[in-house]
Amino acid sequence: MQKTLKNLSSAPLSAKFGMVVIFIYLVVAIFAPLIAPYGEREILGKAYELMSSEHLLGTDNLGRDMLSRLIYGARNTIGLALIITALAFLIGSLTGMTAAALGGWIDQLLSRIVDIFMSIPALIFALLILSILGTAMPYLIGTIVIVDSTRVFRVVRASAMNVAVMDYVEVARLRGEKLPWILRKEILPNITAPLLAEFGLRFCFVFLFISALSFLGLGIQPPTADWGSMVRDNATLISYNDITPLIPAGAIALLTVAVNFVVDWMLHKSSGLKDVS
Amino acid sequence: MAQRIALGLLTLFVISLLIAFGVELLPGDLAQEILGQGATPEGLRVLRLQLGLDTPPHIRYLDWLGGMVTGDMGLSLANKRPIAELIGPRLSNTLFLGGFAAMIAIPIALTLGILAALYRNSLYDRGVNIFTLTSISFPEFFIAYILILFFAIKLGWFPGISNISSELSFLDKLYRTLLPAASLTLVVVAHMMRMTRASIINLLSSPYIEMAHLKGIKPLRIITRHALPNALAPIINVIAINLAYLVVGVVIVEVVFVYPGLGQLLVDSVSKRDVPVVQACSMIFASVYIFLNLSADVISIVTNPRLLYPR
Amino acid sequence: MLVDDTNNSNSDSSPLLKMKGLRIEGLSDKGWQEIVCGIDLQLNRGEILGLIGESGAGKSTIGLAAMGFARDGCRIIDGEIDFDGIELRKAPEWQKRKLRGTRISYVAQSAAAAFNPAHRLIDQFTEGPVDHDLLSEVKAKEKGRALYRSLDLPDPDYIGERWPHQVSGGQLQRMMVAMSMSCEPDLIIFDEPTTALDVTTQIEVLKTIKEIVIDKNVAAIYITHDLAVVSQLADHLMVLRYGNLIEVNSTGQILKSPKQEYTRNLLDARSRNEKITAQIPNPKTLLSVESVTAGYGKGPDILQDVSILVERGRTVAVVGESGSGKSTLARVVTGLLPARFGGIHFQGEPLPDELNNREKQQLQKVQMIYQLPDIALNPRQRVRDIIGRPLSFYLGLQGKEKEQRINELLQQIELPQDYIDRLPGELSGGEKQRICIARALAAEPELIICDEVTSALDSIVAKAILNLLQRLQNELGVTYLFISHDLDTVANIADQVVVLYAGRVAEQGSKSAVFQPPFHPYTRLLLSSVPEMRQGWLEETLSTREAKAGIAREVKITEQGCPFAERCPISIEHVCVGSRPPLQTTTSGHVYACQHAKKVLLRESQH
Repeated sequence: MQKTLKNLSSAPLSAKFGMVVIFIYLVVAIFAPLIAPYGEREILGKAYELMSSEHLLGTDNLGRDMLSRLIYGARNTIGLALIITALAFLIGSLTGMTAAALGGWIDQLLSRIVDIFMSIPALIFALLILSILGTAMPYLIGTIVIVDSTRVFRVVRASAMNVAVMDYVEVARLRGEKLPWILRKEILPNITAPLLAEFGLRFCFVFLFISALSFLGLGIQPPTADWGSMVRDNATLISYNDITPLIPAGAIALLTVAVNFVVDWMLHKSSGLKDVS
Repeated sequence: MAQRIALGLLTLFVISLLIAFGVELLPGDLAQEILGQGATPEGLRVLRLQLGLDTPPHIRYLDWLGGMVTGDMGLSLANKRPIAELIGPRLSNTLFLGGFAAMIAIPIALTLGILAALYRNSLYDRGVNIFTLTSISFPEFFIAYILILFFAIKLGWFPGISNISSELSFLDKLYRTLLPAASLTLVVVAHMMRMTRASIINLLSSPYIEMAHLKGIKPLRIITRHALPNALAPIINVIAINLAYLVVGVVIVEVVFVYPGLGQLLVDSVSKRDVPVVQACSMIFASVYIFLNLSADVISIVTNPRLLYPR
Repeated sequence: MLVDDTNNSNSDSSPLLKMKGLRIEGLSDKGWQEIVCGIDLQLNRGEILGLIGESGAGKSTIGLAAMGFARDGCRIIDGEIDFDGIELRKAPEWQKRKLRGTRISYVAQSAAAAFNPAHRLIDQFTEGPVDHDLLSEVKAKEKGRALYRSLDLPDPDYIGERWPHQVSGGQLQRMMVAMSMSCEPDLIIFDEPTTALDVTTQIEVLKTIKEIVIDKNVAAIYITHDLAVVSQLADHLMVLRYGNLIEVNSTGQILKSPKQEYTRNLLDARSRNEKITAQIPNPKTLLSVESVTAGYGKGPDILQDVSILVERGRTVAVVGESGSGKSTLARVVTGLLPARFGGIHFQGEPLPDELNNREKQQLQKVQMIYQLPDIALNPRQRVRDIIGRPLSFYLGLQGKEKEQRINELLQQIELPQDYIDRLPGELSGGEKQRICIARALAAEPELIICDEVTSALDSIVAKAILNLLQRLQNELGVTYLFISHDLDTVANIADQVVVLYAGRVAEQGSKSAVFQPPFHPYTRLLLSSVPEMRQGWLEETLSTREAKAGIAREVKITEQGCPFAERCPISIEHVCVGSRPPLQTTTSGHVYACQHAKKVLLRESQH
């Protein structure tokens, strides 16, 4: 515990900034109903009201309070991104580690399937599936999980490969250890650092991806508050020199910047001088 | 190399299968799904005929694939116009935008990336690191709206909406496309620069670079003669990956700037559930993407003496 | 080198290179730390100085400093470096650049890494003289070809047109030595130029270095950890340890009467003290490898028809150069690589080919120790878990019992009890290897396969590990299958020796039968290639028939005939290349594969 604290305090300024921002976002997301002045879907006044003491950030295209929607949006967008990332991680890292540890035809088969998925641009794949199946939540989640787990697979397999060729893994195999033991005791402890960093990167990707889909009107559907759709709904304001649509967009950007700063520091720490892009 | 190209074609084939048969994922069929609850049997029958759902799937697939190759892609469901007609001008617009962005992005990214690698851990390098980290974290639409706010609304230098048509002169086209191209550039430069930096740093630590120093070779010559020939393959790879990324990034930027390109058509068609158009657009995007990745591989094989002159 | 060296025949009597109070720091996890702590050094024209020490002695860093160069993460903080009147620490970068390559050149440990893969060899040769405006491109190429010819490189007119990856390791190293001469420098720095090579290839490179340095009268700093090798070339030796000077003297003096304890240890570590094989009444066969043929994937047979018997309580050493198939043999025995033909019996029972088909008890009886203890220990597991796992896995020990057994094992491998909670990162290389031994012992095995277990260790540490293994055998009666490329090591530990060449058994039998006449021609080449700790050995060896016939050739795996025929000084024309050598059995299980009768070999061995 003390070591962790010491580690944190030695972080560079950018990483500290990142951690503080992430913490604030989490608090906002968890306690959204307590913090938000109005309800998520309440229509309170005229459309596009300017900023006032009553509505700190004005109202949106339907006359709902921007600030409240922004706060609820944190909960919805971040929550969804976390769920998707976690699912993709579970699938991707289990299959990735198994492929690396077993090798042979299983590895070949899984890798070829993933290669094919990776050679379709993620956004195009998602648009295709969503146009066929529609934008209901389970489809949205399923599609992004599939897209994302292939990326996780690739990274986890590569890191696990580096460990799987080590003699100590061979020692375990020669001893007669079963696959779960080898994965859990020999491989996993040695790839936690890159895995953690990858989780951060994947989260950013998913978060941006959902926002992009919502911005295109194909992600989280109204009336649920979500930052991507908020940008879209209020986009016209920009031509009146009003920065309102930039606020949710900025909220997205700030969180991804924060996560990236922390990840960058973690990668730098775990790889010594190795540069990872 | 033949093997690599064959693999690329195979991938393309599998993707065409995915795109064509993705529709079969539906519980009912496509016609049912599009018309929804209030479908009349007559309406369903007509739509099924239109979609060719009366023919067996493999025939339908071959027809579709043949159409994709010959340019006869069928009719749009939404406005009954030939898809090829819809796609043609938009594809060239998208390629124009992408090419424009690439022209700006590649030289900037390579220069900045190589400089950052050469002056590693300098103040410049750290500044660039923070800048690129920030920039890759921004959603494309955020960058696009910021540019619009400043350069179109506040300063009024460029149009905030980039509606171009074939009547415009080349320079006029460039002028109207500048803002979307700049948004794309900002996103891509960051990625490209970070990758360039990483691959050059990796290269500069190799023993043969140290050997060149110890042979007393001039620093500039070490870069041009010892580092660059070996950096070619990784750099080409970086460029290809990012061009491929650009192909996709274009979708959102086109929507923001209401740019009449393929990406916007794709998004429109997805919301209208105009499946034949979506399939055609996806196939084009995927082909370009695969083609770019494939050419990167081929070029890196061609420039590698190990593979060129086997033992 | 020494200041009192007054009878220097060279008209210019000032030293070529002079270092004074050289101090260099290196960046580590703990920040900047001194890795060279105040070294004085002096080198005259035409002289060769050997820098010798184990890893961490700072010898490469000093070598590079002689060129005014410090690697990334190193900095020269104090001292003088005077090269022929030029103070390199104060000299501007352009001036140092002009010296490098032209007057001081460098030969790296790995030519494969130090040649740029993107350029042909001759172009890398000519780059120095052309870039420094000494020769035209055409002249430089001519010079390169002439040099290749004088160094007996094969196909000297065209070898330069090849790419680095098209040339074998030993030849590439010689090409680099040639490249260092492209501008005819006054001083060449050799940084472990033969360390990564097999003994027979090493001789080839040493010959080239000798021709360049001694015959052309160039001064050199020769950096190595191998006393025997450097003794062949150097006039003086400097013994270094942890960046400090231990001893400096003429080579003869150091070999004959070392003054410092550490130098004596270094010398001792290389000396042979051969194990005397005790008689075992009714020896029992523990492992028998029967006509095994094996290879990877669809590749060629790496092992061909190999049969080996291992008796309980003995050490059977498998010797061979890289590519001989010795590690493949270990993989077949452990079940990692199923044999294509043939099989393995253990304690009289057939052992399943595949690892997955072996019983837990069968796995328990065969344990393995690896070359690199760094990657043989999971860096995230503590010693307690590393040694404890086989105890609970095979023997079901838990809790206090297990803890007690771990402590016993630590005692057996001569490590203190409080090491039980350490991570591998907190151990030295030798300590790590001891933990690997303890892990193998924990399973209570019958057979331990030792795969090059001392090759990665410094010589003094390696010696201690060998002694430990021997003691454990005496106490516990465990059997070793000991794989090694190092004949000295083998002589010190083996009872039986198997000599592998290109995947086939060239010879096997008791150590005395193999290492004493009559020799198998390959064994003789191997034995004669091992550097001896005396001056003049290299000249003698280079003049032998074996060296002339065999050193410049590559190992080839052949389907028919004798794979060694091309390198063999006594091969019989039209016979050895065409037909497979018969297996001949002599006294007490000594078997060798050769066309010649024992009598002939005995006669030839007298040469």
